[in-house]
Amino acid sequence: MERPAWAPQGIDISVPSVSRMYDFYLGGSHNFEVDREAARKAMEFMPGLPKIMQANRAFMRRAVHYATAQGISQFLDIGSGIPTFGNVHEVAQTADPAAKVAYVDHDPVAVAHSQAVLEGVGNAVIAAADLRHPQDILKDPVITGLLDFDRPVALLLVAVLHFVEDADEPYAAVAELREALAPGSLLIMTHASYEGIPLSQEQAGGTVDVYRTIRNPLIMRSRAEVSRFFEGYEMVDPGLVSMPEWRPDAPVGEDQEDPFAFSGFAGVGRKA
Amino acid sequence: MTRQEFERHLLPLARRLNELLHARPFDPAPAHQVGEALVAAHCTDPDALSSTLGVIDSYLVLYCGRSGSPELSTEDSRARCARMQHALAGGFTLALRERTLTEQEAIARSALAARSQAEHALHATEARFRAVFKDAAIGIGIADLDGNILEVNDTLTRMFGGLEHHVRSHKVHEWVHPEDSPQVWKYYNELVRGEREHYHVEKPYFRNDGTVLWTNLTVSLLRDSEGRPEYQLALMEDTTERRLLNLRLRYEATHDALTGLPNRTLFFERLEKTLAAKNGTRFGLCYLDLDGFKAINDSLGHAAGDRLLVEVADRLQSCATAPGEMVARLGGDEFVALTTGPHTEDEVDELACRILGVLATPIRLDGRELTVRGSIGVVEGPAAGARTAAEVLRSADITMYRAKSAGGNRFELADAEADARAITRHGLTTALPAALDRGEFFIEYQPLVHLGDGSVHGAEALVRWCHPQHGVLGPDRFIPLAEHTGLIVPLGRWVLEESVRQANFWKERHSDGGPLRINVNLSPTQLHHPRLVAETVDVLERSGLEPGALCLEVTESALIGADDDLLKPLRQLAEMGVDIALDDFGTGYSNLANLRRLPVSVLKLDRSFTQGMQQHPADPVDLKIVEGIVSLAHSLGLAVTVEGVETGAQAEQLRQLGCDTAQGWYYARPGAPDRIHALLLADAV
Repeated sequence: MERPAWAPQGIDISVPSVSRMYDFYLGGSHNFEVDREAARKAMEFMPGLPKIMQANRAFMRRAVHYATAQGISQFLDIGSGIPTFGNVHEVAQTADPAAKVAYVDHDPVAVAHSQAVLEGVGNAVIAAADLRHPQDILKDPVITGLLDFDRPVALLLVAVLHFVEDADEPYAAVAELREALAPGSLLIMTHASYEGIPLSQEQAGGTVDVYRTIRNPLIMRSRAEVSRFFEGYEMVDPGLVSMPEWRPDAPVGEDQEDPFAFSGFAGVGRKA
Repeated sequence: MTRQEFERHLLPLARRLNELLHARPFDPAPAHQVGEALVAAHCTDPDALSSTLGVIDSYLVLYCGRSGSPELSTEDSRARCARMQHALAGGFTLALRERTLTEQEAIARSALAARSQAEHALHATEARFRAVFKDAAIGIGIADLDGNILEVNDTLTRMFGGLEHHVRSHKVHEWVHPEDSPQVWKYYNELVRGEREHYHVEKPYFRNDGTVLWTNLTVSLLRDSEGRPEYQLALMEDTTERRLLNLRLRYEATHDALTGLPNRTLFFERLEKTLAAKNGTRFGLCYLDLDGFKAINDSLGHAAGDRLLVEVADRLQSCATAPGEMVARLGGDEFVALTTGPHTEDEVDELACRILGVLATPIRLDGRELTVRGSIGVVEGPAAGARTAAEVLRSADITMYRAKSAGGNRFELADAEADARAITRHGLTTALPAALDRGEFFIEYQPLVHLGDGSVHGAEALVRWCHPQHGVLGPDRFIPLAEHTGLIVPLGRWVLEESVRQANFWKERHSDGGPLRINVNLSPTQLHHPRLVAETVDVLERSGLEPGALCLEVTESALIGADDDLLKPLRQLAEMGVDIALDDFGTGYSNLANLRRLPVSVLKLDRSFTQGMQQHPADPVDLKIVEGIVSLAHSLGLAVTVEGVETGAQAEQLRQLGCDTAQGWYYARPGAPDRIHALLLADAV
């Protein structure tokens, strides 16, 4: 049975959470033993997972810089997870002190922690909502109180869409969000894929299995499938590429970056 | 952090280490802060520490050892470097521990906060559900799958009579009621076995005071998070009142408001149900119509009539009390009694007798004793007899009329032949109006012959109906029906017009043939019709036929006891010159003295007188009677016409007795107008 919108979600910290696992990969301690255990198991198959997360983090930082350079001062970060070193508001507000950032997550612990972190921070809010119900996000009073959807917004769907199964209609959800944004808005996205992982699909599949057992399936999508999320948006150069290849600060040398950093796709699209 | 940023972060730290290496006095403690700074830059990986220490160990002394002003010995440098590494590692570890503890505390606090928020929300949700449960207008109950009732709301308790222990004292499957629909418990068992998610039924329950509670019941299966059946949830709406209202509306729709008896609708339902029975049951039906009820209604008023009907209804009800028996009022003073079962052949007769019996006792109404009688038509037969309820009722109705025409106060049994006759009668009656429109009637003419010289003196117009199914029908088959329905007036007018037109035609063709008369029959209804004179005048004027050529035949019985009002139009017609003939004379016991008063000019002797003359020798009594009548008629100035002349001997005898004109098969059967034409031509020769 579908849980009614006003019924609370249960809290069970004996179940691993993808946002706390993400924090662990990034060297944080905002996690519990169950999270670490699951993350360590995933790393048995893909030891480079922390490198992927760091590359992801680095891409996000560059993309936010790009957005502020384009004059965008509103950010909607869906699937923001546990606030950690180099959060969007920190990056954005360094470049533009007036930048407004709304975080969205459906993990109650991530939301509670974000609330604690954002206490006293101006122009940054957190809302509990689910990417699978875009209207809940677009109509959330906390978000609409901060962001003006008549003006361009940078929408961040960073390392989140690969946790939405096809049955939950991620394409429709993203289309609804794209539709809601004003012209000039940006869609900033990273997505997991078997493409680019320096392992056989069989080996990498072990990690996928770990996420399946913790009931947070990791959906690997192909380039074509990931491209579809940008439908109707113009791809910003260099298009859909691996994370380190997206507008690097310095020329990318194969020897400088860990091979795992090239797993999956990153891209930014602009609404005409 | 970009590589460049990271370099910018690390460079001051390296400089600091260089300064420490050469500081005098040497103090390794500030290396502590370098370790802290690494953690602050998020270099929290244990590898980061070992890499850092490795770099310091390998390169600090190597690149920076000799750069200080008082040069240190290599040994000194290495010793200092080692102590600085210890301090840096200590600082790093302490900072990392601090940071880890802080983050752990933060995340734990967040988890607690999230949990308490969720609990708060859950509590609010529960409070909301509790309010819904408690204040709902419908009854809500939750039971486990063994049928133990775990929770009920106040509404449900009230519905059951207000005692919660009464509700809880029974398991769900013990709430059986005799009026449960057959599927209820099948559905229930499927649901508790997890084979059905929900069901919706109308279900009665006993309240604690023994009265019945009717509900609209919806039961749903509740499963646990693993999908296993866990509880059953019942939502029930009290429909007792609505049901009572429906029953009352149904009662009103199926019962007669005056007598309270079942009405036509309910009776038909019951009869149809009986007739649909497959087994060998039989049925018997009594169709009762009170004799002379209209007279009572007319003389005592409708209120008295109604009270009479109520009394009759009560008495009838007392006649049909056995199971399978029912009495209904169809309307007016028509009642039916139905009996069903295996032995209705005998029972229906007894029922009819009982009905006549209860009616025999006079009814007291406004101080009067009224004797009410009735006529009953009885139909009895096997239920599965392929007859519809309407057919059965019509048969009973027809049979009732048979009882009535046999004098009333009796019952008659239906029989197929009598039904068929009546049904034909019925069919003809309903077909009459259309027949006139469609021109299905035609006229045959029978010559009237002058007995003196055998010449054709005129003709009697006789109407026929060419029925599309039954063929040519004589007037005896349909004139009484036309009389009954009033159609006789337009039909009679048509006959008059047609006959007069024909007579005029003959007159024009045979201007030398002397006066030629046309005899047209008038029925009693026509005689009473106010426009008789005017229409006759109109017909004559339009055709141009002189009144003296028309003879209207009126039966003797129609004029028995006629008063002046009735005779007035006939007088007017006679004064205009129209002949009036008294038809079927000698059958109606008319007052001979009265003959003087009537405006008639012709007596038509009934054929029964001439029948006695067909033997040879003729019956002398008949001869004397005819002779007497002729003499009487002539003395009153009336001409005498005889009907039914079939032989020459008869004709001769009647001529000798002084009769003036005759008609009969001896001369000609009724025929088409051109046959008269031919006879006239023959006469003229």
